[in-house]
Amino acid sequence: MKLLVTSRAENVAPRFDLATEVTIVSTVNGKSAGEPRTVLLPGPSADELCGLVLKEDIEVVVCGGIEEEHYQYFAWKKIKVIDRVIGRTADVLRLALANKLRPGAVV
Amino acid sequence: MKPAVPTRLPREPIMDVLNGIPHGIALLDEGLRIVAMNRMLEIITGYDAEAVRGVAADYVLRCHFLERGEVFQAALAGGDMRTVEGDIINASRKKIAVRCTVSPVMIEAGLAARVMVMLEDISLLRAIEQHRPGHDEAKGMLGHSPKMREIFELLPVLSHTDATVLITGETGTGKDLLAEAVHHASKRAKYPFIKVNCGALPEALLESELFGHVRGAFTGAHADKPGLFRLAQGGTIFLTEIGDLPLPLQVKLLTVLDDKAFFPLGSAKKVTVDTRIITGTHRDLRQLVQEGRFREDLFFRLNVLRAHLPPLREREGDVRLLMDHFLHQFVNSLGKNIKDFSREAVTLLTRYSYPGNVRELRNIVEYATNICQGERIEPEHLPASMQEEYMHEIDRQAGKAAGSAMATESDRIGQAAAQPAASSWTEIEKKYILQALMKTGGNRTRAAKELGWGRSTLWRKITLYGLD
Repeated sequence: MKLLVTSRAENVAPRFDLATEVTIVSTVNGKSAGEPRTVLLPGPSADELCGLVLKEDIEVVVCGGIEEEHYQYFAWKKIKVIDRVIGRTADVLRLALANKLRPGAVV
Repeated sequence: MKPAVPTRLPREPIMDVLNGIPHGIALLDEGLRIVAMNRMLEIITGYDAEAVRGVAADYVLRCHFLERGEVFQAALAGGDMRTVEGDIINASRKKIAVRCTVSPVMIEAGLAARVMVMLEDISLLRAIEQHRPGHDEAKGMLGHSPKMREIFELLPVLSHTDATVLITGETGTGKDLLAEAVHHASKRAKYPFIKVNCGALPEALLESELFGHVRGAFTGAHADKPGLFRLAQGGTIFLTEIGDLPLPLQVKLLTVLDDKAFFPLGSAKKVTVDTRIITGTHRDLRQLVQEGRFREDLFFRLNVLRAHLPPLREREGDVRLLMDHFLHQFVNSLGKNIKDFSREAVTLLTRYSYPGNVRELRNIVEYATNICQGERIEPEHLPASMQEEYMHEIDRQAGKAAGSAMATESDRIGQAAAQPAASSWTEIEKKYILQALMKTGGNRTRAAKELGWGRSTLWRKITLYGLD
């Protein structure tokens, strides 16, 4: 499974459409396979980010606020979105890998 | 991200007040972290206030607006209240337009808040503004003439900048309207537009009015006064008759233009303002500069963008348009049954030179609408002063014609004016009437037609000149 977190510095970015950085982690049997990878984006763009998610075959997206349009797009593509998450990326990833992260979580 | 905080949010009386406000409100500490949120903001963000207490506001509010950092820092520094517009993504994943007001607060006991953020949903307002039919940027300004079209084309240029604008033009040409139109079409439209007549007040009073004063600054200064520059914070201040601004105040205005800051009367504390300045004058500022009555540096600073409003006499075809517009306006407001102007009234009104420009035309139409009891405005309903001025004008023109060349046979006006005996318009008019009556064999209806008047006008003039 591949998981993507939109981030800002060490935290989950407040908004999906304004994120300029993402952290991608691959998991095997619920555990991280290698170090998380950080990708810097050329600028904030929700559409570009959607493209990246598809290109990277991401299965779970963790983000802050996301618009319904993009949320539904991911749902259509069978990608799970855990949104309105607040917290440090590392802590959020840990919870997500343990399948304990819920939408609206303040970590 | 989240420091150790008390597990329970203290019940503060202020929260009862904030919960009663129909906008999202957050109180932040000096680190711009959430201290408290009202219920509306809990609904908007989808977070429980206690759960996000101590979290940086940015992550909770999910706002996007420019100058965010600057606005928050200004509030933290104890500056003035600032308002910015942007959008947020709410708990329902909808992006909504918001107006965000950030103001410094000083709550020591209990909540220890330093900044208050209020989010106001303006999405409906935005939708109405965008879809308003006939939305006219140059509200209140009318004109089809080429010179006015140039002004309307210039308006968006003037609106999409914060540069100082100098509006020149004769009295009554609509300088105030243009300034207001520029303000309303600009991004500052939601903030105040304040107009100050620089020639209306003595110097000492004007300084206090513009820049404010502190208590005790002078005899009678019983309380602090913010001044019009501060009242126009975020908006536009229109300084009309800038040519009448006294020299000492010109220096102070120059400082405001350069530093966007000034000292109120009697105060040692500098006040910073974010106010756009538009100025207007009917005077020739260049000439005032040459005469030493206006500072050259201030003139250059004000003359960044310039708009010159043409006098009404140079606006071909606009008189008729404005006449009908004002007639419609006054007929509605006075509840009259006037349909239009008579041909004679139109002739008189369109040939008049309007030294007072649009304001004078408006007043004439208002007068006529009040006086007229019928369905049509006739020349006799127009102000006597205007008719007299019109006659003088004709006299002047006739005098010029007489002095310049021999009148042609076919030119009746020239003929009359060329006769030295006909020294006044009364004499010329009497002669016209007699000529017309002789030509028509005494038929007054045909004589009136010949003269381009109504029967009632001819009858009135015959009586007036004792020709019956």
